[in-house]
Amino acid sequence: MKALTISNLSKTYSNGLQALNNIDLDVEQGDFFALLGPNGAGKSTTIGIITSLVTKTEGKVQIFDSDIDSDPEQAKSYIGLVPQEFNFNGFEQVKHILVTQAGYYGMTVAQAEPRADELLHQLGLWQKRHTAARALSGGMKRRLMIARALVHKPKLLILDEPTAGVDIELRRSMWAFLQQINAEGTTIILTTHYLEEAENLCRKIAIIDQGKIIENTDMKTLLNRLDKETFILDLKYPLPSDVDLNNLSVELIDDTTLEVELDREESLNTLFTLLTEQGIEVCSMKNKANRLEELFLSLVEKTELSA
Amino acid sequence: MNVNKHQRHWVAFNTLVIREVRRFLRIWPQTLLPPAITMTLYFIIFGNLIGSRIGEMGGFSYMEYIVPGIIMMAVINNAYANVASSFYSAKFQSHIEELLVAPVPNYLILAGYVAGGTARGLCVGLIVTIVSLFFTQQPIQHLFITFSMVFLSAILFALGGFINAIYARSFDEIAIIPTFILTPLTYLGGVFYSISLLPEFWQNVSLLNPILYMVNAFRFGMLGASDVPIYAAFAVILISIVGLTTFALYLLNKGTGIRN
Repeated sequence: MKALTISNLSKTYSNGLQALNNIDLDVEQGDFFALLGPNGAGKSTTIGIITSLVTKTEGKVQIFDSDIDSDPEQAKSYIGLVPQEFNFNGFEQVKHILVTQAGYYGMTVAQAEPRADELLHQLGLWQKRHTAARALSGGMKRRLMIARALVHKPKLLILDEPTAGVDIELRRSMWAFLQQINAEGTTIILTTHYLEEAENLCRKIAIIDQGKIIENTDMKTLLNRLDKETFILDLKYPLPSDVDLNNLSVELIDDTTLEVELDREESLNTLFTLLTEQGIEVCSMKNKANRLEELFLSLVEKTELSA
Repeated sequence: MNVNKHQRHWVAFNTLVIREVRRFLRIWPQTLLPPAITMTLYFIIFGNLIGSRIGEMGGFSYMEYIVPGIIMMAVINNAYANVASSFYSAKFQSHIEELLVAPVPNYLILAGYVAGGTARGLCVGLIVTIVSLFFTQQPIQHLFITFSMVFLSAILFALGGFINAIYARSFDEIAIIPTFILTPLTYLGGVFYSISLLPEFWQNVSLLNPILYMVNAFRFGMLGASDVPIYAAFAVILISIVGLTTFALYLLNKGTGIRN
């Protein structure tokens, strides 16, 4: 079953800006789906339309079995939204925010309170339950927004850059939490600027640029398309001047740092054999850029060139 | 959630009303205390000090005469201000999105905010009434008219505040209407005088002011005296409520000021 079906969706703002140009997108139930794109590509507009915060110009959006135009209430009841910006009432207490949000979805206080307590524990906000939301740290505010989006147990969770400005430790704990709720059956759509995040979490991916979907596939297929990879090697000793690495695409960053670009067909063994023959010892190796990041940049550049 | 639509709507409506009431109770020094102080000053200055020199108006002491108008003025201002500031703040801080993404139909959003504004209007009305008892204890003549008029007036001005908040793009814009329209209309709506004191031309002009009908019908309920027919007052207020409700729903459905 499809969790989200978007057909021929277009949006032109009143100032004439065409944010979306006839896009089609399907998200299967249970997917962890990445919706990526550069700033201004149309990601937030797409999410805005799905969640009824933005009115569309044309097209159809269906959430599970419900159309957002003909059955908006049912469609909305399936969705939980974590928006990019903090959008809760900072003067309200943390728990009140959750219980109130649950009430909008028809949960009585008796039903909402235990659910709010459960989420407050899970997201590490229990100690702050009686604190006014504005007094929370940035990371806690992010977690509060996730808790609020989940309070009515949505079938489709939409996260618009949920980890922006969050430290790496918290980001990783949020990843684990999101993976857990996805494993429990919640379909997740994620937009993020951290491509490492998308690569780690998502199984499906769509890339949107200039209001068009330029890629829509599963993560593995996309990553397999990467024809070159660049590695950074830290050497144990400075590189000798007479070393011969001509048959490799190599750039010397400094005396002990080497940047090597390999074709996808070339194995790392070939590289290491050659380095060993030259008496070069490698202490450590890493990818210059995240693999998805390289692909993303090449895809977006292509669109810009063709535009 | 396995609840039927009506139950869900009822819970959502209650949630919204409780949130609104909690909001104005939380900030009571800004919402409940100032009208109590201001209206006490009105009673002391206009009712006692100046009123004792004015003598009778419409067969009542001046204090007795102005009490209904002052209560109504407080109800109108507070019902309006509550919705205007609450809804505009929700827009300003974007937490209106909490409601817009939820399965809450537009008419319930309107009803919830209007109920919150009405609750504050009535709360302040009660406070001012209690304060007025220190100055005069005139028994209520027509209970139904008194309560229905104060209730309907609170609803009407809560609707007005809602429409103002929809259009407002800054906090200044939610102060413009109360300052330049609501306050003059209230003062010219027979709160402090009977329009029978005015020349005929100005009496006829005054009849175009809807607040005149509310103040007078409320005064009729409390004292049994009015400058306008009561049926006309009910007609004006009911037609205005229907008109503003229709307009507010139209704006909500269109997404004016709240959806991009």
